[in-house]
Amino acid sequence: MDNLLEVKGASKKFGDFTALNNVSITVPKGSIYGLLGPNGAGKTTLIRIINQITLPDTGDVFLDGEPLKPSHIKDIGYLPEERGLYKSMKVGEQALYLAQLKGLSKSVAKERLKYWFDRLEIGDWWNKKIQELSKGMAQKIQFVVTVLHEPKLLIFDEPFSGFDPINANLIKDEILRLRENGATVIFSTHRMESVEELCDDIGLIHKSNKILDGKILDVKRAYKTNTFEVGIKTSDMMGLKIDLESKFNTAPASFKSLNDELKLNIKLSKSQNSNDLLNYLITKGDVSHFVELIPSVNDIFIQTVTENNLQ
Amino acid sequence: MNHLPLIIKREYLSKVKNKAFIIMTILSPLIFIALISVVAYLSQVNNDKVRVISILDESGQVQDAFESSNNITYTKLNGMSLKDAKSLVNETSGYGLLHIQDKEDIEGLSKAIKFYSKESPSLSVISKLENQIEDKLTLMNYDIVGIDVDEIEASKVYVNIFQENFSGETSSKTDSIIKLIFGGAAGYLLFMFIIIYGNMIMRSIIEEKTSRIIEVIVSSVKPVQLMLGKIIGTSLAGLTQFGIWIVLGSILLVVVSAIFGIDMAQMQTPQQAVIQQAMENPEVNSQIQDIMQGFFNLPLTNLILAFIFFFISGYLLYSSLYAAIGAAVDNETDTQQFMLPIIMPLILAVYIGIFTVIEDPHGTVSSVFSFIPLTSPVVMLMRIPFGVPIWQQLLSLGLLIATFVFTVWFAAKIYRVGILMYGKKPTYKELLKWIKY
Repeated sequence: MDNLLEVKGASKKFGDFTALNNVSITVPKGSIYGLLGPNGAGKTTLIRIINQITLPDTGDVFLDGEPLKPSHIKDIGYLPEERGLYKSMKVGEQALYLAQLKGLSKSVAKERLKYWFDRLEIGDWWNKKIQELSKGMAQKIQFVVTVLHEPKLLIFDEPFSGFDPINANLIKDEILRLRENGATVIFSTHRMESVEELCDDIGLIHKSNKILDGKILDVKRAYKTNTFEVGIKTSDMMGLKIDLESKFNTAPASFKSLNDELKLNIKLSKSQNSNDLLNYLITKGDVSHFVELIPSVNDIFIQTVTENNLQ
Repeated sequence: MNHLPLIIKREYLSKVKNKAFIIMTILSPLIFIALISVVAYLSQVNNDKVRVISILDESGQVQDAFESSNNITYTKLNGMSLKDAKSLVNETSGYGLLHIQDKEDIEGLSKAIKFYSKESPSLSVISKLENQIEDKLTLMNYDIVGIDVDEIEASKVYVNIFQENFSGETSSKTDSIIKLIFGGAAGYLLFMFIIIYGNMIMRSIIEEKTSRIIEVIVSSVKPVQLMLGKIIGTSLAGLTQFGIWIVLGSILLVVVSAIFGIDMAQMQTPQQAVIQQAMENPEVNSQIQDIMQGFFNLPLTNLILAFIFFFISGYLLYSSLYAAIGAAVDNETDTQQFMLPIIMPLILAVYIGIFTVIEDPHGTVSSVFSFIPLTSPVVMLMRIPFGVPIWQQLLSLGLLIATFVFTVWFAAKIYRVGILMYGKKPTYKELLKWIKY
């Protein structure tokens, strides 16, 4: 099996409200999958279905080729967005308890906790109560508890909230390391820059429907507009501008540069290609800037969601 | 995977290790004993005080009636005017002055008696005086009419009706009282247990919601398991607390009474004193045997079994409802609207137990309510000592267990949805909708 997780046609209604409408996603093994969508789109419902917290009305979920069953609980690690720990329980006891609920024996859990606590340099928190720790400290423990049973599938819902940049980076590196060690990660967040940085695949859910998914590169290819950001130095800027406008589809551009130059976004039609444009430009002046505009995940997100709202 | 034992263990330990819980467990019996000691001490102090009552009997006929006792000393004043007597008593700060005018006949005497005192006298002192005077005057009356007092005493008859049911079991009035005490205690214990520990379950579920750990847990455990684990764990903690209270309470009671030398007999109310006096009579002596007899006449095996089964099922029934409420709301203030439907049947059950079962243990009202599941645990427990046919007990228990299974299912539904709902206060209508999710 190449896909660790497949959700096929999952639907879920709460009374009259449709939370998920025939949503299918596939998460390749060893990938980091970004599950995106505006607030209230149905991401959490989908994640809860994968975690067997909620049952779908229709649709099937397969983990590693097998239909989802109760024993899969130990193969999944879930860090929910609404998360917390027992406030008056000691850190160590609590971590042991949660690990045992995931099916680890007490001795194994203890051993692994020691490893992780040393790794994240939080060993001396063992006998502290959660209410004595700061929010970021509690989040670290929560992270450890999520990954402790070495699950095949890790689901992180806004994993970086509550972390300072240093610790966020630490957690990011840990997630990447877990992936290298064979784990598959589903990653739900509103921070597009971390999606850009981490994810191989994305799925976009909007108003309970999946409206976009695939490899992040494929998605970007599909959304690129053949637009080039161009900077050109010439003595007759107005003349060149009018000249270019007659031949190409242009728009004003703004980017940082050291030169006083003509800045344009030039969108090529299907019959034109970038070499033609470059050759033409070279004859007109000194080309100081020539970049293809690649849509960011943020742009794609806003574009698709807005388009969908208009429909 | 069955995580139930693990959850029960955590719930139990987290309750038992909780500081407030430990303090309450130790402090409650101490407070209880302290209260009893204070009451005992105060009544002792009160009893130790000797009151001096002066008697100015102008008729000279009644004054022999008064015999000084531990608490009251009588001093007879003779040949004094009322005015002198009053000022004398006032100066010597005596308790009071009993003044009896001189009258021709007993009728007149009985109406010519007055008690003067600085403060208004205690009720028990006045009634004691009245009793002594009444006895004396009555004797004098007998004398005048010519009745022999000894004959009257000799012709008095005491009656004790023996009771027996058609299958030959004998019982008595004391039996009924014992049954009442046993039934009432069992019913009331269940009532208290439900109120105290049901609330504890509810609070612990709300705590889980507010600390936001619930979603972490339910990704590992089925909500029903978590709910049952919480109910059972909290109940065990409750049983532990109850057990400690009983043991600690008895020990303390013994220790305190030994140290302070509080003689339990001195804590008597006047009624108890009367009973104690009466016990010295041979007629009443048989009553003690009656009590022992009554105790052994109780259907003990039936009682114990029924207590265990009705107690557990009734408690679980209510605690699952408490759990559902805890899951439905976000904080404790929102629980009020859902509490009423739970508290009402409980209070109703206790009232029916007190007012109806005592009067008529097998009447329509008590019978009907001993089958209705929400009231049956309390009412049936109160009825059973009076002898309820086994088939009725089994039917009632069956209904109770069926309802219990239903409420656990219902609560689990609410629980499953409710624990993941934050920020809004649900209505009854929404709760019904949740069941369909």
